[in-house]
Amino acid sequence: MRALAILLLTAAPAFAEGDLFIYTWGEYTPPDLVAKFEKEFGVKVHIDSYDSMETMIAKLRAGGAGYDIIVPGDATMQVLIAEGMVEKIDVFAMPNFANVDDKWREVYWDPKREYSAPWAWGSTAFAVDTAVVKGDYSSLAVLFAPADDVKGRINMLRDMNDVINMAERYLGIPRCSESPDEMKRVLELLETQKEWVKSYDSETKELLVSGEAVVSMSWNGYAMRARDEKPTIAYVYPKEGYTGWMDNVAVPKGAPHLDNAKAWVNFIMAPENAAMITNYARYSNGIKGSEAFVEPALAAAPEINPPADAPAPEFIPTCSPEATALIDKVWTKLMN
Amino acid sequence: MKLHRLLLAPSLGTILIFMVLPIAITTLYSVLTPAQYGGVIWKPSAEAYIRLLFERDIFDDTLTFNTDYLQILGRSVLQAGVATLLCLIIGLPTAWFIATRPPGQKSLWLMLVTVPYWVNLLVRTIALLLILRDEGPINRALQSVGLIDGPLSLAYNNFAIGLGLVSSFLPFMILPLYAAIERFDFSLLEAAYDLHANRRKAFFAVVLPILRPGLIAGGLLVFIPGIGSYLAPDILGGGKTLMLGNLIGMQFQGSRNWPFGAALSTILMAVTLIALFIVARRAAREDA
Repeated sequence: MRALAILLLTAAPAFAEGDLFIYTWGEYTPPDLVAKFEKEFGVKVHIDSYDSMETMIAKLRAGGAGYDIIVPGDATMQVLIAEGMVEKIDVFAMPNFANVDDKWREVYWDPKREYSAPWAWGSTAFAVDTAVVKGDYSSLAVLFAPADDVKGRINMLRDMNDVINMAERYLGIPRCSESPDEMKRVLELLETQKEWVKSYDSETKELLVSGEAVVSMSWNGYAMRARDEKPTIAYVYPKEGYTGWMDNVAVPKGAPHLDNAKAWVNFIMAPENAAMITNYARYSNGIKGSEAFVEPALAAAPEINPPADAPAPEFIPTCSPEATALIDKVWTKLMN
Repeated sequence: MKLHRLLLAPSLGTILIFMVLPIAITTLYSVLTPAQYGGVIWKPSAEAYIRLLFERDIFDDTLTFNTDYLQILGRSVLQAGVATLLCLIIGLPTAWFIATRPPGQKSLWLMLVTVPYWVNLLVRTIALLLILRDEGPINRALQSVGLIDGPLSLAYNNFAIGLGLVSSFLPFMILPLYAAIERFDFSLLEAAYDLHANRRKAFFAVVLPILRPGLIAGGLLVFIPGIGSYLAPDILGGGKTLMLGNLIGMQFQGSRNWPFGAALSTILMAVTLIALFIVARRAAREDA
């Protein structure tokens, strides 16, 4: 028994040297990118996927998950750094960091880019079926003061933060508001709108393509997939503003294969590699020079190229406990 | 004797690890303080239970009575209750029919009852949504024969949730009822008729008391999972109304209040246990 234990303990590192364990969203990591990395570095890559940031954090908290790479969103990244759950790997000093677009260098969630590299970014706004929605649809009024033929055919994302952020923009109230009066107005707006909402569902692509919804909150990548199947779908950058998000590559504390993890982080910041991410996941990456390697139809897609007059995406940190409590209260009342 | 105990070990171990331990953790978490980004701080707090009934003013900390969560609890009980009743109305004749078939046919009918349950619950629930919604086959068919002008709103409402619950849990009603009816000695019914009971009287005085255990078992098997159901309200309700299961799920995700979620789970378990206890006590008394 003891001999077996010793054998296992000594054998483990030798076996593990050539591995990289990635924990990320499903259908997010291009197989050709993985194959290229495996060939170049002689490392075997293993991928596990999660369905929400909460799942990922819970697994990391439980400890011993054994992952080398995680791909957290911007607000989650900030939390992981604050809670000391990620390795400081000095991404800014890596050779390929020179490729990172200036606007993704000083970001609120990792101001010096000590912990994370950009993976992909996108936006959360809404999409319309232009066969039904006519005229000017550049305002959130399409969702909150809908025309008669849109009423009852609106889908909102099933995410309280995204829905409430959108309502706040329509009312001109700041994000993460801690004012009960402001949040009361948000609730009133959403309660009025609920009459016209068909569903609060995150399967936006399917709802738009099937015609169940003619206006739906959506992520830009999902709207593009919807347009592939139904050309009359258009993604809208509302003039009141919209949410931007970025997923980042980071290394959880105690990663068993730290060197391989660092190699991966540097690897994905090369333009031709970052382009593979965009080609596969259909979201923009944050790497200069990657455009040359992105499929032409994709590079020109309106979903990843906001028009010149569109406002800049707003990146939103995790709200304070007070603001979260109000958001929770609004959502609970809305669903009652 | 020793061997007997050893034989019990696997099942006791399973119960300990997968039932007692999780319940203990849930109960413990419900009296701790929520951490800012999910998880708990190891500081005792009754806040989660206070919050169930009272709303704490964020400025002056005064408590006011709040019915939001009671309404959600009430809705869950109501939905589960209606689903149980519907399952009974559909399940009793079905079980009766199967139990009174010739012996060779019974297993075929029973198998047919279980066929839909070979498919995963999530898949079945989504399939039901696709059938019910505006562009689904029901609305298409009704519109093509000209019975309706616009689509009927069948999906994304309480009707759809109820239908989902009934279709999810119907076999749990049929099977115990079938077992009870199967054992029923039909000569008792003949005896009742001989003693000049009419059909109504015979049913209520003879059949129903004998079916009681099956009715109770079926009722509990539908009602209990019905209260805590998550998928039907989530998918068929279009996320427009919360039931207890969704409220609990929400606390562990966006709301990041694990103690409150744990407290809701504990209360759900307590309500279930109390209901079971009452039913068991009454059944025991009537048997005596």
